[in-house]
Amino acid sequence: MSEWVIETRNLTKEFRRAQFKIPALKNADLHVQKGEFVALMGPSGSGKSTLLHLIAAMDRPTGGEVFVMGQDVGKLSEGAVARWRNAHIGFVFQSFNLIPVLTALENVELPLKLTKLGKSKRIEHAKKALDVVGLSDRLHHAPRQLSGGQEQRVAIARAIVTDPDVILADEPTGNLDSGSAQDVLTLLGRLNKEFGKTIVMVTHDPHAARTASRIRYLDKGELLPEGQVPEDWALTIPAKE
Amino acid sequence: MKIPLTYNLRNLTVRKTTTVMTALGIALTVAVLLSVAALVQGLRTSLQASAHPLHVLVTRKGSTAELNSITTPEQFQTVKAKPGIAKNAQGEPRVSQELITVVVLESPENPAGINITVRGLTAVGMAMREDARLVEGRMFRTGQREIVVGRGIAERYPMARMGRKIEFGRGYWEVVGVVDAGRSAASSEMFVDLNQLAADQGRQSALSSILVRAADQVSMQALMNELSSDRGLNLDAQAEKAYYEAQTSSAAPIQIVGTFVAVIMAIGSSFAAMNTMYAAVARRAAEIGTLRVLGFSRLGILTSFFIESLLLSLLGGLLGCLLVLPLNNMQTAIGSFVTFSEISFQFEITPQIMMVGLLFSLIMGATGGLFPAGSAARKQILVALRQG
Ligand SMILES: Nc1ncnc2c1ncn2[C@@H]1O[C@H](COP(=O)(O)OP(=O)(O)OP(=O)(O)O)[C@@H](O)[C@H]1O
Ligand SMILES: [Mg+2]
Repeated sequence: MSEWVIETRNLTKEFRRAQFKIPALKNADLHVQKGEFVALMGPSGSGKSTLLHLIAAMDRPTGGEVFVMGQDVGKLSEGAVARWRNAHIGFVFQSFNLIPVLTALENVELPLKLTKLGKSKRIEHAKKALDVVGLSDRLHHAPRQLSGGQEQRVAIARAIVTDPDVILADEPTGNLDSGSAQDVLTLLGRLNKEFGKTIVMVTHDPHAARTASRIRYLDKGELLPEGQVPEDWALTIPAKE
Repeated sequence: MKIPLTYNLRNLTVRKTTTVMTALGIALTVAVLLSVAALVQGLRTSLQASAHPLHVLVTRKGSTAELNSITTPEQFQTVKAKPGIAKNAQGEPRVSQELITVVVLESPENPAGINITVRGLTAVGMAMREDARLVEGRMFRTGQREIVVGRGIAERYPMARMGRKIEFGRGYWEVVGVVDAGRSAASSEMFVDLNQLAADQGRQSALSSILVRAADQVSMQALMNELSSDRGLNLDAQAEKAYYEAQTSSAAPIQIVGTFVAVIMAIGSSFAAMNTMYAAVARRAAEIGTLRVLGFSRLGILTSFFIESLLLSLLGGLLGCLLVLPLNNMQTAIGSFVTFSEISFQFEITPQIMMVGLLFSLIMGATGGLFPAGSAARKQILVALRQG
């Protein structure tokens, strides 16, 4: 049993396109402790999303292992991995990905359909999650009746409603104006501090990264050692005020 | 069912036009099938109503219909004397020798005219038609050129209404009464005095068939065996029920053509449903990816899209049932292959027929939905998410 919430060992992913091999991730060893908020940064194409997808078992690695709460994710069968993801992972997308025909409440309730909870319990949990993200007054709104920021907060409620071990967020503020982005970051910060949620967030925004307790950089498929920044990276980071 | 049904229902409502068009195609297919089924059912009901369970129809050996059967008065006497025959209040055996002929009646729908059965019989024969009730006028009198017409005839042929005269045989026959025989074939026949008709046609010694009422079910079988095996008689005896049931085959051409058309349409409708569902799967690729990330399995995705296709087709099936409902009880007629004259009856849409229609629509939905649902389930999560 590992003490890490997330542990990757030599995690490697190569994409094959015709005769070319594209190394998206090379021997990444990432360790995340319970209650940490880790930001993943790096140039476009450096493998950030790939790393998140492998942790969530949305894709299979070509080498190495992923452990989440000590579970070797690669050892799970096709059917088991879906159930495992439902119970242990909350995923937040850049483009929100709410189900358009379902209301905010129904969207948040959706992952609970896979649990043993009865209807009233599911609604209770979903309402609580929407309350946490500050959208108690938007329960019966369809996604298109919500602003981008509100949509992303519903998506976060959907990600936390099953009380997962890890929240993985891939550029959650990427599609938002700065005001809404700030709301989402504040919310993620609160989830981390108040609720002790373990969060791994990919971001391009240095300001967003500062919400995290720790930043790890990737460059050309390599997870750089703690504290190391990609070459030329300093140029793109605005000075801290 | 993990992915809620509301998800499917709302998606069907969101793409209203496509849903309605696809459902309408299925509805028309179901309507064609149901019309044929309602026609056959109506004909069957009418023919079944025509037959009395204890009636035995006696015809010349080898003749398939009353119309081309010839029996003599001597044969009639022999038949009457057989055991196992029911007797009326007067103690007479309930046996009726009848003369069947056809006349051509014109109607606004059929200006060229349609063959209608004219049945010559006696009071004993008329009394054996227990479900025929005189609703207008009176019975024909013996030795008179008088006709009692079935209600269906009176309604459809203006020239056969009360008081009108129809020319055939050796003169004019006056319509003096109308009988209502419900759905039975008697409603599409005309009844006259046996002797008058035989005299007009010069067929006093060459009548058509003999109808016999058996005393009970047990003696009925023995009676039929006895009649058929009597070499001297040279007659065939069959249950009236079987005789009428055989006439259901008169609808076979319509049934075959109708079913063929429905099947061809069903193939088209299945492809339409398939097309609609493939489009839905393509449009909702990102949703499929998202559902998978939330923990729904491939099987869950497959089930959900399959059910959506079934719902779509069920909507079509229900629409199809609504489309044919006005047909119910509509009067129609078909030329019988057995009697060479017209049987009039009503379309009959039963709950069973509607169930068959709904089942048929579900089969279309299932065949149309299986491949799209399968393709939705096979999608890789990341590929699906990128397609959004
Ligand atoms: N399905 C795929 N097939 C082929 N190559 C892929 C595939 N997915 C990702 N890649 C490649 O893998 C590398 C890493 O991609 P990844 O999406 O992880 O980058 P990223 O760091 O998330 O970039 P961005 O900041 O632009 O989102 C890139 O070179 C990308 O082109
Ligand atoms: Mg990315």
